[in-house]
Amino acid sequence: MAGPGSKHKPVARPRNAGKIIKRLLKYMSIYRFQLIIVGILIIISSFASVAGNYFLKPVINNYIVPFIGKENPDLSGLVSILILMGAIYLTGVLASYLYARIMVNISTGTLKKMRTDLFTHMESLPIKYFDTHTHGELMSRYTNDIDTLREMISQSLPNMFSSGLTIIGVFIMMLVLSPVLTVLVILMLVLMLNIIKFLGKKSGAYFQKQQRELGRLNGYIEEMIEGQKVVKVFSHEEKVLDQFGRLNDELAVASTNAHTFANILMPIMGNLSYLQYAITAAIGAIMAVNGAGIDLGTIASFLQFTRSFSHPITQMSQQLNSILSALAGAERIFEVLDEAPEKDDGCVELVRAQYNINGELIETESKDGIWAWKYPHDNGSITYIPVKGDVRFEDVTFGYEENKTVLKSISLYAKPGQKIAFVGSTGAGKTTITNLINRFYDVPDGKIRFDGININKIKKAHLRRSLSMVLQDTHLFTDTVMENIRYGRLDATDEEVIKAAKLANAHSFIKHLPEGYNTVLTADGANLSQGQRQLLAIARAAVADPPVLILDEATSSIDTRTEALIEKGMDTLMEGRTVFVIAHRLSTVRNSNAIMVLENGEIIERGDHDDLIAAKGKYYQLYTGMFELT
Amino acid sequence: MVKKLLPSLGEFKKFAILTPLLVIAEVILEIYIPFLMSKIIDVGIKNSDTNYILKIGALMILMALFSLLFGVLAGKFAATASVGFAKGLRKTLFEKIQMFSFANVDKFSTASLITRLTTDINHTQVAFQISIRMLVRAPIMLISATLMAYTINPRLCIIFLVAIPLLSAAFYLIGTKAFPLFKEMLKKYDGLNAMVQENLIGIRVVKAFVREDHENEKFRKAAEDVRLAQLKAEKLLVLNMPIMQFVMYGCMIAISWFGGNMIIRGAMETGELMSFISYVTQILVSLMMITMAFVIIIISRASMTRIVEVIDEEIDIKDNSSSEDPVIGDGSVVFENVNFSYSKNEDNLTLCDISFEIESGETIGIIGGTGSAKTTLVQLIPRLYDVLSGRILVGGHDVKEYRLDTLRNAVAMVLQKNVLFSGTIKENLKWGNENATDEEITEACKIAQAYDFIQSFPDGFDTQLGQGGVNLSGGQKQRLTIARALLKKPKILILDDSTSAVDTATDSKIREAFSQKISNTTTIIIAQRISSVCDADRIIVMDDGKIDAIGTHDELLATNSIYREVYESQQKGVA
Repeated sequence: MAGPGSKHKPVARPRNAGKIIKRLLKYMSIYRFQLIIVGILIIISSFASVAGNYFLKPVINNYIVPFIGKENPDLSGLVSILILMGAIYLTGVLASYLYARIMVNISTGTLKKMRTDLFTHMESLPIKYFDTHTHGELMSRYTNDIDTLREMISQSLPNMFSSGLTIIGVFIMMLVLSPVLTVLVILMLVLMLNIIKFLGKKSGAYFQKQQRELGRLNGYIEEMIEGQKVVKVFSHEEKVLDQFGRLNDELAVASTNAHTFANILMPIMGNLSYLQYAITAAIGAIMAVNGAGIDLGTIASFLQFTRSFSHPITQMSQQLNSILSALAGAERIFEVLDEAPEKDDGCVELVRAQYNINGELIETESKDGIWAWKYPHDNGSITYIPVKGDVRFEDVTFGYEENKTVLKSISLYAKPGQKIAFVGSTGAGKTTITNLINRFYDVPDGKIRFDGININKIKKAHLRRSLSMVLQDTHLFTDTVMENIRYGRLDATDEEVIKAAKLANAHSFIKHLPEGYNTVLTADGANLSQGQRQLLAIARAAVADPPVLILDEATSSIDTRTEALIEKGMDTLMEGRTVFVIAHRLSTVRNSNAIMVLENGEIIERGDHDDLIAAKGKYYQLYTGMFELT
Repeated sequence: MVKKLLPSLGEFKKFAILTPLLVIAEVILEIYIPFLMSKIIDVGIKNSDTNYILKIGALMILMALFSLLFGVLAGKFAATASVGFAKGLRKTLFEKIQMFSFANVDKFSTASLITRLTTDINHTQVAFQISIRMLVRAPIMLISATLMAYTINPRLCIIFLVAIPLLSAAFYLIGTKAFPLFKEMLKKYDGLNAMVQENLIGIRVVKAFVREDHENEKFRKAAEDVRLAQLKAEKLLVLNMPIMQFVMYGCMIAISWFGGNMIIRGAMETGELMSFISYVTQILVSLMMITMAFVIIIISRASMTRIVEVIDEEIDIKDNSSSEDPVIGDGSVVFENVNFSYSKNEDNLTLCDISFEIESGETIGIIGGTGSAKTTLVQLIPRLYDVLSGRILVGGHDVKEYRLDTLRNAVAMVLQKNVLFSGTIKENLKWGNENATDEEITEACKIAQAYDFIQSFPDGFDTQLGQGGVNLSGGQKQRLTIARALLKKPKILILDDSTSAVDTATDSKIREAFSQKISNTTTIIIAQRISSVCDADRIIVMDDGKIDAIGTHDELLATNSIYREVYESQQKGVA
């Protein structure tokens, strides 16, 4: 029995309980053997506890009562029966320890497997999946759903099994003793089950209401605490308190109802079993006195059994709720596991290569080799194509959702070493273009070619390794600064990392951190300013040393003075690489070889800075500040 | 700690007192009913006395009904009291947070305040309900069952003297050993969840750098750590039940032997022995319940500590409580040798020896690099933080002499991180002035250049905004927050980088409207763009917490190197 808190989850029912149970069992099948042993151990331990409750009376009757009042009674019989009982009990104790101990193994192991599977699978899902599911939603698979599953595996299942055993055992015993009285007990049982069902339904509805109110209140709390500084600036405290008070009151009403129903189940069931006992005793006694074929000893034993009937039933009814919500959780977990992973039917790989004496490109193990595409042909032959960074879009049309085109028949080319910039307002499709190059999304129409190879033919991992992205929202991991930069290339040496940091102009602030490069960044690098985080992201891209670089608003959070400072580093970084730049600040894109002005998914202007200024079109207007970029 | 939490019970105190009383009544009946049950067997059935059985049966039914009533009421009252307690706590906490100064909020971080208001309060609620129900029920059960057992046979009770200490010691040992292990496990578990969260946020980075395998390997290690920690903790905990059974069975055998001997000697009845055993079971079960309750309470102690931390937090900006509340005469601002530090540490100054004067109605620009403390400087004017030394005068009086709401109503500030709330545009604007007329709202929106785009929405001023104004562009959000501040009709208006997403043409229109419509208002503008400040009456150049120079655009361009550098970095390439 866990604390009352654990039962306060709303009962969400799985859609197909049978199928989920089957799948769960299959999932746990490596523990098949252990599970069977656990089953046997539970039977032994239940037997021992039944023995404890019901065989004491015969022991007393047979080994104690006959000696009452006798001088020098022969107690050897009592001694040996007590030793026997001790042995049974001890077996029971051992059995219940062992099964609990094995269950700990099974449950921790299963949970680990489930977590790792979930995570591994999550890592393999396409970006599109993360667009359509909130973080909170996925997080709750790891927390709530796995937690309820743990509760079910380690507590509810064994409990159900042993309660079920007890109920069956007791039921058989009662049937043997008196079928008539058993019918009576069953009638009472039906009544009890109905009460359980009624209360369950009521409390379920109230819990759902409570959950809703809780969601509303927590949402309000979150919004107001996030905006706390605005509340203060406007001296709006009183108003906020008013609204909060109302929501808080509403939650309290729903919550009181929900908890009341959860709280009264036990006393109702417990006392109903007393009622049942009294009624059974009375009817049994009347039957016995009227000679209805039942003797007093039978009634006494029967009554003993009725007493231990209601407890396991209440237990089972409570466990049932947690099992149902665990199954619903398992269903949600399996749903994630069933999501199709990122499709990849590419065959072209990125390898190191060098020219042999004949001037042919061949693969090499050496780290000094140049990068090359390894292109296997259908006839088994292999061609090596040097990686240059030539990227072409040929008539690409794309939308995240069907019927909603974001890019309309885009054609463009970037020759090796060129810097191509995209300018346009939010939603014009700038980021989408870069997302297509590294195949975060796949293009149905048109073709994107990388060094002449259709990118759909390149293995995703290899394609992405040839590109480096610096995104607008810099993401850092909980690790040292050194490791965060090294993320760009795991085999980079410390010297290479520091060199990259210097290039990005991040070295000076890193040195001032308490532990320098060994400073552990926490909670998404919250202890760094936005600008510093962007510098780290640039260093990370520098360490990766790819032929193609994508900078998506990479310098937007760096003030213009600092940007001027890192400009040299950026120039070095971009040298000899094909670079795609998305920038809000037009000063960043000025020196590009070509600038594409995007609007509503179409390229409306293209050319270099001087061309576009001379054309006096949209770019000119943007540049002179007549329009606002949003 | 509990003393600080309990006042939040408020009107629900009576339920918190009634619950234990009802629980006690319920337990006493529950203890008595088995006694009647044994009477039915020992006397009624043994003697075939139908009348007796019916009589005792009826009594038992009556008692069961009462016990049912008490039980249900206790359940209801416990729910009412604990939910009421949580509600009160939430209110106390939220009210306290509303009193927090910026420094207080910074200290806790928003995420941790939200956890305290949600999860921590839930844990405390659970612990509270257990305290008034389970922690009353179990000890009373223990005591009454012991008493009943004692009346049946005092000598047999000696067994308890062995069993109870033995069991308590075992539970105590397991509990104290397991508790740190569980804490360790929870820490690892939090780490694991943090890793998942990180991967969710950074999935694009993971994929862009093809680090899926690397992350999987990291996760596998962490998951294995969690498994081992969990195994270690639960391995100990599963000892509880077998130990309990062992002691219980031991008692039963001991009682059968000693009790059996007593029966043979005629010192005890068989029925008494049966009752005695059932009381023993109850005693031991209660003992286990007590330990379990303690475990839950101990776990929730961390939550309670976190709640008390908020309750105990010293509000570091105290409102002027004296009856004197001078009227703010004009919009003049004076800084006199102001030092400021977020950590209140003389050696770690964010602002150092700042002195300047702003006349009422002046327009002041502030410029400086990231981290030069521009925002810090202006936040001192509406007393969002208090100075470490020196003083700030607004309208001729020290800011500390005004009541906070008087001061803040006269000083409108548009924060860098502008927040809009879920609701309509109009509702958001009315934060500035609840009683603003439609004309006033329109006027403010026109000045902030927000009127046109609001009108372009199908629902106009009644357009619903999502949380944080998600359905607006950055520039639109900024203009709305400016309009919201204008509605306060402030004497001093502060814009903290509030037009960064607005294009230069609109930006200059806003400034033009300021100079025409609210020329009597002192305006302080922090900006990254030189063009946003160059036509101000004076410009303050900040560098590393100090004022580097004050002057007009032309003066600064001629004399100040930082200003010139910023200017040049923004002019390059403009045809």
